[in-house]
Amino acid sequence: MPSLSARRTRIAASLALLAVLAGGSPSAGAFCGFYVGKADAKLFNEASQVILARDGDRTVISMRNDFKGELTDFALVVPVPVVLQESQIHIGDPKIFERIDAYSAPRLAEYFDPNPCEVRKMAREMAMPASAGAVLNQKARRDQALGVSVEARYTVGEYDIVILSAKESNGLETWLTRSGYRIPAGASRALQPYVRQGLKFFVARVNLAEQAKTGFAYLRPLQFAFDYERFMLPVRLGMLNAKGPQDLIVYALTRNGRVETTNYRTVRVPADVELPTYIRGEFSAVYKALFDTQSKREDYRVVWTEYFWDMAWCDPCAADPLSPDELRRAGVFWLDGDVSPAGAPASEKPRAGGAQPVLLTRLHLRYTRDTLPEDLMFQETRDRQNFQARYVLRHPWQGDAAACSEVKGYFDEVAARQEREAQTLLRLTGWDPDQVKTRMNTRPVATPKWWERLWR
Amino acid sequence: MMAAAGPSRWVQSRPRWLDRLPRDARAFQILFLAALLTTGVLLRDFSVRPLQIALTFAAGIATQAFWLNRLGLQRKGFLSAIVTCCGLSLLLRSDMLWAHPLVATLAMSSKFVLRIRGKHVYNPANLGVIAAITMLPGTWVSPGQWGSDLALAVWFIALGSIVTGRARRLDISWVFLAAYLGIVALRVLLLGQPWAVWWHQLGSGALLLFAFFMISDPMTIPNRPGARIVYAIAVALGAAAWQYVLFKPNALIWALFLLTPVVPLLDRVWPGERFAWRAGSGHSAG
Repeated sequence: MPSLSARRTRIAASLALLAVLAGGSPSAGAFCGFYVGKADAKLFNEASQVILARDGDRTVISMRNDFKGELTDFALVVPVPVVLQESQIHIGDPKIFERIDAYSAPRLAEYFDPNPCEVRKMAREMAMPASAGAVLNQKARRDQALGVSVEARYTVGEYDIVILSAKESNGLETWLTRSGYRIPAGASRALQPYVRQGLKFFVARVNLAEQAKTGFAYLRPLQFAFDYERFMLPVRLGMLNAKGPQDLIVYALTRNGRVETTNYRTVRVPADVELPTYIRGEFSAVYKALFDTQSKREDYRVVWTEYFWDMAWCDPCAADPLSPDELRRAGVFWLDGDVSPAGAPASEKPRAGGAQPVLLTRLHLRYTRDTLPEDLMFQETRDRQNFQARYVLRHPWQGDAAACSEVKGYFDEVAARQEREAQTLLRLTGWDPDQVKTRMNTRPVATPKWWERLWR
Repeated sequence: MMAAAGPSRWVQSRPRWLDRLPRDARAFQILFLAALLTTGVLLRDFSVRPLQIALTFAAGIATQAFWLNRLGLQRKGFLSAIVTCCGLSLLLRSDMLWAHPLVATLAMSSKFVLRIRGKHVYNPANLGVIAAITMLPGTWVSPGQWGSDLALAVWFIALGSIVTGRARRLDISWVFLAAYLGIVALRVLLLGQPWAVWWHQLGSGALLLFAFFMISDPMTIPNRPGARIVYAIAVALGAAAWQYVLFKPNALIWALFLLTPVVPLLDRVWPGERFAWRAGSGHSAG
């Protein structure tokens, strides 16, 4: 049985890994808009991340602009329902994305078999986030066209923002081109349905002087608050310069229930299975392979639920739950704190078990232009069954095979279990069976030949 | 006995071996709905638990037995109850165990309580689902659960045509689908969307299941073929308005629910021969 200090070391090790993963995951998001390059710069785009906080028709969208490239090349075009006032636009905190990601990421839980001679149980859990998504190449191509009406112009934080309305998509494309944005081929056709539905366009680019003043080397998230009867995300524009599959992670924050898509299948990612213990240090590779394989198997037509839980607690927690202040910064506008007497500490941690009226659904999808013909439409169900993408490692008891009579039976059981774990891993990740068997380095579980069973 | 009226002419010219199959369209309906439910649970990750399905059937059949016994209608049997329970298991989702049996009880009772001129008003599964999502906590409908899959769509259409054709109500399914997909096509054209949007809608399992297994319920639609066409178009318009004007989910079942009260009115203004089950093979029965 591991001692308490050994346990602490292990938790510390897992936290260190978490930090490395968080620091080393490159991602550049182009969820509802497209990034427009002024040169033929290759733009990398990993998982786009969006936080959607919604109650009734009130919606707050936060978009992570984790843009890698020349800041002058950054541009974002998002269809919005109305001409947004300056006060409806806000600069968010990139840490919130890290927090909410770490909190809801697929996790690994670890248990240790008890000594079969004593029936005593010692369980331990640890959690690690997974990095997800594949690096994608994006290439903007030059296209030409013409003019539009500017409804509003603001500088918010490091962004120069214009809100445009257009009567024709050609006009919009032209305006963008003339104003120095490079529009990917097909922009006009992709913009057309939004123009014809009377939507406005939020267009942002970086104000280099303001950006320098912030002192940050990165772009901060943009947030908008508005009333909109549609619970949706306009993702189609983001596909314009996509060559391969793209990843999108949506963190939906709601009050009453789980969020799912109404025009695509929403399915829980395969989870709650036991995996071989050797993957302990490489869980992110496992999850990445699992997500690749499962998405491909479903032909990129499924939206996966990776997490759904009340924000007040978690078990096991991959990270601390978000505090009311962090939730507010993520766009949650209905917390008690909004009406509580002034002076209450805003950053107060949520009380254990004290339910926050905030539910987090983490949706992850990998899609291509062809598999996602319509924008994502959502609904808030009244489902409150918790779910987490949790994978279990069960470490066999390491002891003397002659310790007691139960040991032989126990080791046979362990061998059978390890075989099952290997099969699960193979099924979920599509990995090479020989490699997995080699890596497992367990007692070879020779499946008896049929004749061996016959003449036993 | 007389030949069936209506445009489902292919029913009359079908091969002879079909005559040897069960005459009651509900037998096919149960078979196909059960197959779809199995497919959904095994291959489409439906979030319905086996116990919820079992409880739905137990409660639905018990309720039917209770009402048949009370009203002395024993010969009516249990086929309709089984169809409704299949429908509820396919549509309704809940995070509790008691919602399904409660809704099944309510849905089956509605057939015996909400009657106008000897015909029950609401499709029981439709009424049950609407009652659940408006009144019971922890219940919902997942319109995206089937996804959009053209291969699956072909199965839906084939199986649905057999059932609805045998009940001589294929007209309403086709008219509804044509009207609804026509509106979607018009929207695609007006907005300049890619045609993939239209195909995506066509492949929607929820739409096809509704067209062939819910709106086609012969007991709750107008008796006269002409009235059925008007009704099918009205439901399609209602559903399109719900989805594309109000932007609310579950447009199909809401449109049907809201327009059902029109049926007794249409039957009154435009009377037709009342439907009776066991009337397959192109003959009417009383």
